[in-house]
Amino acid sequence: MSRKKPEKLVDENDVRIDGRKLNELRPIKIEVAVLGNADGSAYIEQGKNKILAAVYGPKEVHPRHLALPDRALLRCRYHMAPFSVEERKSPAPSRREMELSKVIREALEPSVFVEYYPRTSVDIFIEVLQADGGTRCAGITAASLALADAGIPMRDLVVACAGGKVDGRLVLDLTDTEDKKGEADVPLALMPNFNAITLLQMDGSLTIDEFEKVISLVLDGCKSLHALQKEALKSKYVAVKEVVEE
Amino acid sequence: MSSSPMVARVKQKRIAELISSGKRLDGRGLNDYREVQLEAGVIERAEGSARLRLGKTEVMVGTKIEVGEPFSDVPNEGVLTVNAELVPLASPTFEPGPPDENSIELARIVDRGIRESKTIELEKLCIEPGKKVFVVFVDVYVLNHDGNLIDASVMAALAALLNTKMSNYEIVKGEIKEKPGYTPLPIRNHPIAVTFAKINDKLIVDPWLEEEQVMDARLTITTDKDGKICAMQKGGYGYFTTQQILEAVNIAQEKTADLRKLVVKG
Repeated sequence: MSRKKPEKLVDENDVRIDGRKLNELRPIKIEVAVLGNADGSAYIEQGKNKILAAVYGPKEVHPRHLALPDRALLRCRYHMAPFSVEERKSPAPSRREMELSKVIREALEPSVFVEYYPRTSVDIFIEVLQADGGTRCAGITAASLALADAGIPMRDLVVACAGGKVDGRLVLDLTDTEDKKGEADVPLALMPNFNAITLLQMDGSLTIDEFEKVISLVLDGCKSLHALQKEALKSKYVAVKEVVEE
Repeated sequence: MSSSPMVARVKQKRIAELISSGKRLDGRGLNDYREVQLEAGVIERAEGSARLRLGKTEVMVGTKIEVGEPFSDVPNEGVLTVNAELVPLASPTFEPGPPDENSIELARIVDRGIRESKTIELEKLCIEPGKKVFVVFVDVYVLNHDGNLIDASVMAALAALLNTKMSNYEIVKGEIKEKPGYTPLPIRNHPIAVTFAKINDKLIVDPWLEEEQVMDARLTITTDKDGKICAMQKGGYGYFTTQQILEAVNIAQEKTADLRKLVVKG
């Protein structure tokens, strides 16, 4: 790497720049049903990431010629707010956002019983309000909850997290700095009850051995995240129950 | 996938059944690649070019080099730009117009393979730090779509880069002046992609078009010349298990070596 590294990202005691251990997730806060108009919605904070996801549907497809005769059309838009990053991002969809919208849709579709709603569309909107690395993964974790909140029949929740290599060490849940200055980044999405990997991307440089270790690190991370995800979904119904009982 | 023509249900069934029994409709084994034919330097006007045939899939890549501004975070490095066009003459389902998500994804997979393996020695393409650098444009032009555009495009792009010559230059009073003669573009790595399709829970290498229409999911693994993985991309509406991914990584290692020999001669 010709890029200079101003400081160490992982110190000699395996402590990361934000004080985390190598296999530690950032602090996470998840809320379900946060928006009034959407059929389903969720909000996630993962470290400095702040992301809203909303689902509309199943509803009539517009334009109509896109409708599928045997299943619902799942659409997804991943979008970053202009103020979400250091330098203002143009609100027009970038090539990166177009690609991420596609891979996120493909990560969520295996979990949805799209065949139950032919000739309809289910639209997923992910808005990144503040970004600090791993937004596609946090976006998937939130969007899956928004789908569940919308009452759409699903095989499983989808939970996503990234792993990678920073300063020669294999780490979980990279921040933006770790991603940019590190050696590799592997975002992964999982349907935990099926052990089905529905999103896998990688960039950087890893040996096969390192790759295997990163995958198992990320799978463990996904399991912890999955527990938080379920908790968030349940707490919505606990709140409803309390209101009913009053 | 909306970018592909339909395959009759009976044929879909036949493809899937054959694969379960370890065979393929075109006679290949599950891990067999189609024949690769490569011609480099086919376009004289381009700084580098290559035309690659993978079975009936055909891709042309041209490179152009221009002078431009560096990115502010890497003021001493040249710039790499990859674009892909799904040209309407290549398939009945390709339409003219701005790039759709399929062509953007293709370009970004090719880009990631070249960028992450640091194939081009971009630090040698700096003319004046922070002001002027060489910009390498890699344009992928799909001419006939018969499946596995990713692997064909990555190989063709690498072949075109290896074929790229830059005119010699000198700086006279801050202006760039061309000198006679050429220098090859500085290349230090050779990334090769291998794509798998999952059909009936089995992995196959190098899917052709009709297999792509039947597949549940797709996985591309790009490996550099030292056997390190430098890029990956899953696609399609299905999923993979951890075992399947690790199996694919190992098969990709074997396949990559043969393919690299075809592209990088000598």
